[in-house]
Parts: sequence; C-alpha cells; structure tokens
Amino acid sequence: MNKKKMLGIPYFIWAAMFILIPLFMVFYYGLTDKNGAFTLENIAAMALRGHARSLWRALYLSFAATLLCLALAYPLAMILNSMNIKKHSFIVLIFILPMWMNFLLRTLAWQTLLEKTGVINSLLGLLHLPPLRIINTPYAIMLGMVYNFLPFMVLPVYNSLEKIDRNIINAAKDLGANGWQVFVKVTLPLSLPGIISGVTMVFIPALTTFVISKLLGGSKILLIGNVVEEEFTQTSNWHLGSGLSMVLMVFILVNMVLSAIFDKKGEGSAL
Amino acid sequence: MIKDTAKKIYIILIIIFMYAPIATLVALSFNASKTRSKWGGFTFKWYRELMANEEILQALMNTLLIAFAASIIATIIGTAACISIMGLNRKSRAIILGITNIPMLNADIVTGISLMLLFISLGIKFGTGTILLSHITFCIPYVILSVMPRMQRLNPYIYEAALDLGAGPVYGFSKVVFPEILPGILSGFLMAFTMSLDDFIITHFTKGAGVDTLSTKIYTEVKKGIKPEMYALSTLIFITVLVLLFLVNKAPLDKKEQAK
Repeated sequence: MNKKKMLGIPYFIWAAMFILIPLFMVFYYGLTDKNGAFTLENIAAMALRGHARSLWRALYLSFAATLLCLALAYPLAMILNSMNIKKHSFIVLIFILPMWMNFLLRTLAWQTLLEKTGVINSLLGLLHLPPLRIINTPYAIMLGMVYNFLPFMVLPVYNSLEKIDRNIINAAKDLGANGWQVFVKVTLPLSLPGIISGVTMVFIPALTTFVISKLLGGSKILLIGNVVEEEFTQTSNWHLGSGLSMVLMVFILVNMVLSAIFDKKGEGSAL
Repeated sequence: MIKDTAKKIYIILIIIFMYAPIATLVALSFNASKTRSKWGGFTFKWYRELMANEEILQALMNTLLIAFAASIIATIIGTAACISIMGLNRKSRAIILGITNIPMLNADIVTGISLMLLFISLGIKFGTGTILLSHITFCIPYVILSVMPRMQRLNPYIYEAALDLGAGPVYGFSKVVFPEILPGILSGFLMAFTMSLDDFIITHFTKGAGVDTLSTKIYTEVKKGIKPEMYALSTLIFITVLVLLFLVNKAPLDKKEQAK
C-alpha cells in the first residue's frame, strides 16, 4: 500500500513547485514594491482611471459574451440531445476539430471576414444590405469571445442534458405539465450544473483575454488582460502586474466558489 | 416537420459560424495575392514556399516536440498520481484534487505570469526548457481528470483476486488495472496534446527570445502581416487531423467510451 502512495510523490512535488509556489510569487510581488517593502499600492492601482475603465470594459464584454454563448449553446445542446445521432463523434467534429487550427489564426480570420471590404460585407453588398461596421469596435471583440469560447459552453450543457433521465420528463408530462412547464420545472434545474460549469469556463478566459482584444479591437481598445500583459512583457513592472492580476483572481475565486456550490459532483465538467 | 427543419437550420448556422474562419484560412492558403483582403487567383505557391521556410518549419518542430514531450511526461506523472490519490484518505484526496483544479480554473494569463515569476526568481534561463515545464504543469490536470473517474469505477476486488491467485503487484496491475484505465489514459493524453498544441498565452510568458512555437511565431507576425505559408501549414495540419478523426471514427472502437 505504501509503495502505491509513493507513486504520487513526483506529482505532489510538481504541484507544489509549479502550481502553489508560483501563485505565492504573484501574491508576493503584488503586495510588495521594488524595494521589497509591503504595500497595497499595486492593488489600489486598479482604481486608477485607465485601469478601472479597462476592467469595467472587460467585465461587461465578457459578461455579454457569456450570456450570448449560453443563449446560442442551450438550444443547440437541446437539439443535439433530442436528435440521438451518433452523438459524440458529431459533437467532437463540430467543436473540438476547430481547436486544431491555431487559435490566433482563427481569430485573425475574423479580421478578413469583418473588414470594411471583407467577405461578410461583400456578401451583404450583393444582397443590397447595409454593410456591417464592427471591426475594431468592442462588438468585434465580443464576437471573437463568443466564437472562441462557445465550445466550452456547449459541451458541459450537452453533458448535463444527456444525463437527465427521460423517465423524469415523461413523468412530468404524464402528470399534466405542458412543454414549457417541463422545461422550466424539470429540464432547466437539472441542467444547472452544466450551465454553471459552462459559464465559469467562458467567463474567466473572456474576462482575462488580451489576444482577442488585440487582434479584433485594433489594439486601441484595451481590456484588463492587455494592461496586465503589457506590465509583464513591455514595462516589466511585475509588482504592478501582479497586483492587478490579484484583483482578477478575486473574480476567478468567486467563480470557483459558485461552481463548487452548484456542481458538487463535478457533473457538468466539460469533457 | 417544420420543427425538424428549424432544428437543422439552427445547427447549420452554428456550423457556418464555427467554420467560416477556417474556410477563410483554407481559401487564403490558395490565394495568389499576398494581402489578405484581395483574391488574386488560385495557386499552390505558398505550399511550395512552406517547404523552404525554415523558420516556420522550426517553429512547427518545436510545437510538436513540446506537445509530445509535455503530454507524455504529464500522462506518466498524472497516471501515477491517480494510483496514489486513490489510496489517500478523503481529506487529503480533496486537497490534492483541489490543487489540481487550480491550473484549469485559473486564467491562463495568471498561470503564465506566475510561472514567469517563478523562473525569474529561480534564475532559470527562458527557453525551450521553461516552455516544456509550463506545458507539463497545465497538462497534468487534464490527465488526472480523465484517469480519475476510470479509477473510481474500478472494482478493487478484481485486483485483490489477482493478487490472491498469485500475481505480483506489478503483474496484477498491468493485467487487471491497466487495461481498465487505458481508455482514460489515452483520452487524457490526447487532451493534453491538443491543449499543448493550441496554447499561446502560457507559452507567451514562459518562452525565451529566439525560441518560437507556431502560436508565438504567428503572434509576432501579426504586426508585419502573416506570411501566407502559415495559412498553408495550418490547412495541412487541419486536413491531417480531419482525416485522422474520420479513420478513428470508422474503426470499431469501444463505443461506450466514445460517448463519455
């Protein structure tokens, strides 16, 4: 038995070394200044006008993108669930396959599609419709978020819908519930773990992205992710960057707690 | 009837949304004009030039080597960890699994900068080594996540029966436990490989100057304009994976596992 436990030692050391200590480093840098003295300034810096604005912008864009993802994914998951096709291979084909094309290139392709004289506007022109002017606006960033993170919403929601026992739904129907009542009283509550897990998996990467805003926002629209990234790669102010990311971690923590409360058994976990 | 048609239209619209950018990239790889916004006729030129572009091929090699090495090492460490976690009591198991969840739930940018700060303070030189260490770190949780459920479903008595019947622990493990958890190990490996291949953010913070994976190479090219050879390469990768997926789906696999 003890030999069995020994097998885990490499991982326990690895986790301490590369998961826990690095996190403490962020806290250490975030709470000290260049001379190593304790300070809260790096965290308070989030209230500065530019930072607060980019945080607020990131918050509402990622919130909207998460809602949009849910609105798109839920009906899709329900349809896929009702179709009983050779399910898994089909879903894998739609949603995992794109991940093998580089994420940056896929996002860049939206530039080509959305440009003033791009593919979508040419098509709209053919149909005599007004052109779409969203490239380099927050809307383009939101679209990029929805595009990139939609799979993370579809998979957990689909998984939780698939696990619902058909007999429960039939029982509700036998007892006189109409379609809408079945949905609100049975399907929706039972799929809540999947929804929560999907929301977590979309909201956090959307909130902290710096790539999508750089590629589709014309590098003028800064999100909090861009601010943190620049502190690390350009200005090399690690203390400020760490302080700001500690504020971001508060949102991550709230998300973790929420998903722990609603998804106790890990039912909604994605794959 | 109308309902069915509406359902199909909805699925098709989502598929168009997911695949429009990919179709665009494939089209661009055959575009004779060097700019993205103009169609200059059909050509195979970029595919020929790709074979001569050493920078891109080097980045491809780095990406594949790191993905292979990281996912293999992560699979070994992760599977061994699962065996040992099963033997722990509830409380320590919860703690370990909680820590394992951190890289998955944390934002990539925070994982990236935290590893960057670690390497800086340890004085480790940034390069392929630091990328590899980081990739192993975020790959292990995917392995544990897919091996763990298989382990929990395992009937412990079968292994004990094997021991009673005279099998040694290693023989018993390889004949009884290993075949049962193998699908979990394989899917964990595949997931780790995919994640490593597609990663940009963590690599961005932990790479050294002069070392590039495909992602970081593309990112630095964004300002100058992406070389069309890059479109050619990603089209080739995409088609390879598409063909592989079709072959795998045709092969008579354990369907139940696929549905997992």
